[in-house]
Order: sequence, then C-alpha cells, then structure tokens
Amino acid sequence: MTGADVLLLALGAVAAGAGLLVVTTRHLVRAGLYLVVCLAAVAGLYLVLTAELVAWVQVLIYVGAVVVLLLFAVMLTRAPIGASEDLDRPGWPAALVGGGAGLGLAALLVDAFRWSTVELPEAGTAERLGTSVFGSWVLPFEVLSVLLLAALVGAIVLSRPEIGAPAEGEGQ
Amino acid sequence: MIRPVIPYVTAALLFGLGVYGVLRRRNAVLLLMSVELMLNAVNLILVTADTTVRAVLPQSGQVFALFVIVIAAAEVGVGLAIVLHLYRLRSSVAVDEVPLGGEPVEGDGGIAVRPTDAAPGERVAR
Repeated sequence: MTGADVLLLALGAVAAGAGLLVVTTRHLVRAGLYLVVCLAAVAGLYLVLTAELVAWVQVLIYVGAVVVLLLFAVMLTRAPIGASEDLDRPGWPAALVGGGAGLGLAALLVDAFRWSTVELPEAGTAERLGTSVFGSWVLPFEVLSVLLLAALVGAIVLSRPEIGAPAEGEGQ
Repeated sequence: MIRPVIPYVTAALLFGLGVYGVLRRRNAVLLLMSVELMLNAVNLILVTADTTVRAVLPQSGQVFALFVIVIAAAEVGVGLAIVLHLYRLRSSVAVDEVPLGGEPVEGDGGIAVRPTDAAPGERVAR
C-alpha cells in the first residue's frame, strides 16, 4: 500500500458513499449536493490517476454546470424543501438488479486484476491531450461539436412551445 | 505505483448505484442524477484503463472520457428541457405516470394542454 493507494481508497470510499446517499436520500436538494461530493471525489480519483485535464474538466463541467442545471430543474419543478415521501417506487427488483450489476462487475474486475500493481504513466496534461485530440481524434471531436449544437437547439425548441407552432411567417 | 483494482471496483460500485437509482426513483430529476452516476462510472473505467493498460495511442482513454463528459452535458441539457416541458404539461415529474401510448391523453383530469402547446410537442416527438 503506497500513499497513492491510500488516497485512491479514501476517495473511492467517499465517492461510493456519496453516490449511495444520492440514490437513497429523501431530500431532492440534498441529492444534488451529495452528487457534488461524489463528482468531486471522482475528480480527485482522476488526479491521483494522473489525468489532470480530465479532472479539471470534470470540476468545471460536472460540478460547475451539470449540477447547477440539475438544481435549477429541482427549483423549477417546485420541489418541496423538506423530505418528500413519494420519491421512490417500492422496489426490491431495483436493489436486486443494481446490486447484482455493481457487485457482479466488481467481482469480475477483482478477479481480473487481483492485487497487482502498475506504474503510473506520464501525466495527461492539457498539452498531451490536446496533441492527441487534434492528432488522432479530430473527426469525433468535430462530430461532437455538431452534436452539442444540435442538443442546444433541441433544448431551446423544447422549452419554448411558441416556436414553430402558430405562425410560419414570423421570423421567430 | 498504484493498485488498479481500487478505482475499478469504485467504478463498478458507482455503476451499480446508478442502475439502482434509475430503477428505483420516480422523480425525473433524480433519475437524471442517477444517469450521471452511471456516466461517471464509465468515465472512471476509461481513465483507469488508460492508466493501467499500455495502449497503441497513449491518452486515448482520457480523450474518450472528455468526449463522454461532453455527451453527458448535451444529454442533461435536453433531458432537463424535456423534464420542464413535462412539468408544464402535467404539473408532476413522476416518470411512472407518463403515458407511453402514442395518443395524446384526453379526458384525463388535471392536465391543461393548451392547443398551442400540443402542436410543437407533436412536431418534436416525430
């Protein structure tokens, strides 16, 4: 057990614990805040795994943007502040399937890797990742930009019902 | 020097928690949060695999993780637009009350669908 292992264990425990709270808490807003803890712990895992750029992008986009969007949605759907009782379906099947998937995958990965060790590679800095993105992965990158644009336009059209409906002539 | 089994098992547990949340939760916003958990588990697998496996193209796992993050951002944007539209139509975001049949609901109490609302919804659905 090296220092990196201890860090990985601690951050992994935080991530899994916060994830468990996200899917079990009865407070909608707290679920969003636990999600922040979980995502930040995963960003810490990325840092220990030498994926610097991915870690900072995770903090920027997930913790900064996605969680804020989710909290906006909680607010706009007039979620109650306190605990709400009707958040869950009664479900042993969910526990069965989710636990089966998680523990099954964990058992598979433990069996594959045992207690082996690996030397950490060179850090994934912005320079290296940029070279890789614009060297080997240009086409997926461009396709992804089109996808992002399409998603934005779709979200705007969905959230504004008056667009396109009555007047074909109006330049809306 | 690290033991790759630790982040791998963390990712597997996060994925299981996400599956559990998607199946268990009724609230559409909580459902989206569970989907984010699953996407994060996949990202963690990608980054760990990039660290532990010597690939022909170094850092490609991290590039894939970046791509998945972008796709997750797009997904959550469209998802929230749909959730807000659903809330506007039905005043509720419980996913098990959404009718999955093709016909728009009629005679169902409490749903105020303005005629101007129905047209763009239909257009988008097609």
